[in-house]
Order: sequence, then C-alpha cells, then structure tokens
Amino acid sequence: MDALLLNYLPILIFLGLAIALGLILILAAVVLAVRHPDPEKVSAYECGFNAFDDARMKFDVRFYLVSILFIIFDLEIAFLFPWAVAFPVMTDTAFWSMMVFLAVLTVGFAYEWKKGALEWE
Amino acid sequence: MSEFLTTSTGIALVILAQSLLLVVLLLMSLAVLLYADRKIWAAVQMRKGPNVVGLFGLLQSFADFFKYALKEIVVPAGADRVVYFLAPMASFVLAIMLWAVIPFGPGMVLADLNVALLYIFAISSLEVYGVIMGGWASNSKYPFLGSLRSAAQMISYEVSIGLILIGVIISTGSLNLSMIVLAQEGPLGLLHWYWLPHLPMVVLFFVSALAETNRAPFDLPEAESELVAGYQVEYSSTPFLLFMIGEYAALVFMCALISVIFFGGWLSPVPFLPDGMFWMFLKILVMFFIISMVKAIVPRYRYDQLMRLGWKVFLPFSLAWVVLVAFLAHFELLGGFYARWAVGG
Repeated sequence: MDALLLNYLPILIFLGLAIALGLILILAAVVLAVRHPDPEKVSAYECGFNAFDDARMKFDVRFYLVSILFIIFDLEIAFLFPWAVAFPVMTDTAFWSMMVFLAVLTVGFAYEWKKGALEWE
Repeated sequence: MSEFLTTSTGIALVILAQSLLLVVLLLMSLAVLLYADRKIWAAVQMRKGPNVVGLFGLLQSFADFFKYALKEIVVPAGADRVVYFLAPMASFVLAIMLWAVIPFGPGMVLADLNVALLYIFAISSLEVYGVIMGGWASNSKYPFLGSLRSAAQMISYEVSIGLILIGVIISTGSLNLSMIVLAQEGPLGLLHWYWLPHLPMVVLFFVSALAETNRAPFDLPEAESELVAGYQVEYSSTPFLLFMIGEYAALVFMCALISVIFFGGWLSPVPFLPDGMFWMFLKILVMFFIISMVKAIVPRYRYDQLMRLGWKVFLPFSLAWVVLVAFLAHFELLGGFYARWAVGG
C-alpha cells in the first residue's frame, strides 16, 4: 500500500469504530428501553402550552451575516496554512504578497465594522 | 507472528487494537472527568455532589450511563427522523475523531499525520453540524433558536482559534503535533515552551476554546433560564448521552490541544526530570480543573457581548498577532524565540 495513504488508515479505522460505537449506544436504548409514545409525549415542547405554528420560522438576518463573514475569514485561514508551513524556506516575495493579501482583508474588515455588520443589540 | 504483523491484515488488526484501546481509555477517563467536574462544581458551591453510588460516588457516571440506556427514546411528532438521529451521531463521532492525532508521548499517537493541525481545524469546523442538525430536526422552537445561536457562536470563535494556530505553525514550520512538541524542547525546560513567546494567545485560545465547545461562561445554547437546554431539548435517552459525551470529548480535547501547542505536551517542565506521557496527562488534568473552576465561578455572558468579544476583540487581536509573529519569524528577530526552525529546534 502507498505509504502516504497508510498514514490515513488509522483515521479510517478509527472513524469506523466511532460510528459503530455510536450505533451500538443508540440501539442499546432501542432494544432495552420500553416505548409507549402517546400524542402528548411526542408533541413539541413549548413551555406549558400546545405548540402553534411551524418551528422552522423566519430568523434574524444577522445569523446569516455572521456565517458569510465566517466563510471569508475561514477561507483566509485556509490560505494561511500552507504559507505558515513554508516559513523556513520563505522568500521575500512570498512573505510580502501574503502581507498585501492580509492588508486587503483588513480593509474589508474595517469596512464591515464601520457599516455595523458586527453590531448585536 | 511478527511476520503476520507486516501483512495488510496484520497492520489493520494492530491499528484496530490501538483504536479500541484509545476509545476505551478515552471513554473511561471521560466518565471519571465528568464525575470530577460535578464534584469540583459542588465543592465550590459548598454542596456534597454525587456521593451515593460507589465509594465517594465514584461510580456515578456509570450509573448514569445505565440509566440513559434504559430510558425511552422520544422522537417528537414533527421531527425529521433521519436527521434527528444523525445529529447526535455526528456530534459524538467527530468529537472522538479529534483524538486520533493527539500525541500522548514520543510516538504514542494513533495517526501521526503531517497535516494534524489542518485535520483538527477541519473536524472541529464540522462539529457545528451536529448542533445545527439537532436543532433543525427536532422541529420545536427552543431547539431551533438554540442551534442558531450555538452555530453562530461556534463559527465566530473558530476564526480566532484558526488564527492562533497559524501563529504556532509559523513558529514551528510544521503542522505535525509531534514536531510542534519537539520544537518546544530545550535546556530551559518550561521556559522553552510556546506559552512564553505566544503568551497573549494562550489566554485568547483558552477563552475561544470555552466558546467553541459551548462551555460556561459561554454556554448560551443551553442557557437554562431562557432556552431550557437549547438544541438538546427534544433529546432523551442515549441520543442525549451521545451529545453529552461529544461535548465532553471536545472539551477535554481542547485541554489536550492547549497542552500540546502551548505547554510542551509530554515534555517535562524542569530539565532534571524525565519526559513522558505522565506530564501530558497531568497537563490535561490541570487544564480541565481550570475549566471546571471557570464553570463554577464565572456568570454567564450575554449573547451580544459574546459576539462583540469574538468579532471585535479576538479577531483583530489574533490577526495582528499573526502579522507580528510573521515579521519576527521571517526576519529572525529575537533569535529563535519566534522561529524555532531557525535554530534547528
């Protein structure tokens, strides 16, 4: 087997083991525990009164905004990983081009801040 | 026998045995740590805590386990059944998966990946799915709101955790956790560890780890007083147990990660004592004790404060720190203090 792939074999086996363990735990309750569902028991929990409306309702747009911002910054970090590993053999060009990239991102971040995208009242 | 171990089946069996050992030890230690957590919490509040099952209540976690396994699984009427069961599985499996790359001692690691930190970053990003699926699939209002909050919180702090990791990678020039530990080795013992050059980031990482794992004082998804129990409201029996194990596995994993990247992993703090796995376990326990104390003595944060802290304080600080470390490392200022690869460490 390829040596590189062999490195990842433990991950695969570990994943299988973890999934098996999780399934065993869920099945344990299915097998061992009694099941007597009734309409009151399986109705959605809503602090003392009957559930009204669908729970999958409209939500605040700021959650959406946060996830958009997250994608931008997470991508930036994904770009930083290979750059950071290459530090022992880094040329000046590589170093400064990433600094320019970070500067551009910082300008964008300052703009978001100024526009109030990060405000939560 | 030794010949058999070099065949593909043999290798696979050895890895399977190692994985089983790791999982069993991990779950056992989680049971004990859960008990310790409750005891510490109780002691701070001048209560006795669990003290009935077994000597000093030591078997409480195991009794809880059987109780969970014997309870009825209640699936809410409007729930999406597949996703409903997928959510705790995802939470549990991903949190366990993280442990595959943690080195407990020299060579004592299940998968010695070259990209271990990237792997950790990827898996911990995926963990948000367990929460968001759990909240959505329940089709109930409290879980839905709780999962939204929780997802936003986890991804906000994910960003600063990533940037802090970048600083450590720059200092080491490697993503491999064993390499990161070995880079912290030196004649001065604990003064060679990364906590000293990266001191501000240790604090930031610790707080981000709490927020990332939804732990007090950032346990807003479970804020009992407003959201009952967040995304877990509709869960009972072993699916709930899986969420709980996942949460604690991720939390203790954060303790292990801090020990590895900032506190020298298995290295001994003083030069005259030998290195070994013992130090790694001791460091994890100390970190867990601190996190436990934080839960006991710090009041819960408000949600807007939490988001402000993440985006307006942690993000700019960690970004500035990455730039600072990059400059110090690239121009090799301060000798090998920020650039361990420069001095051959």
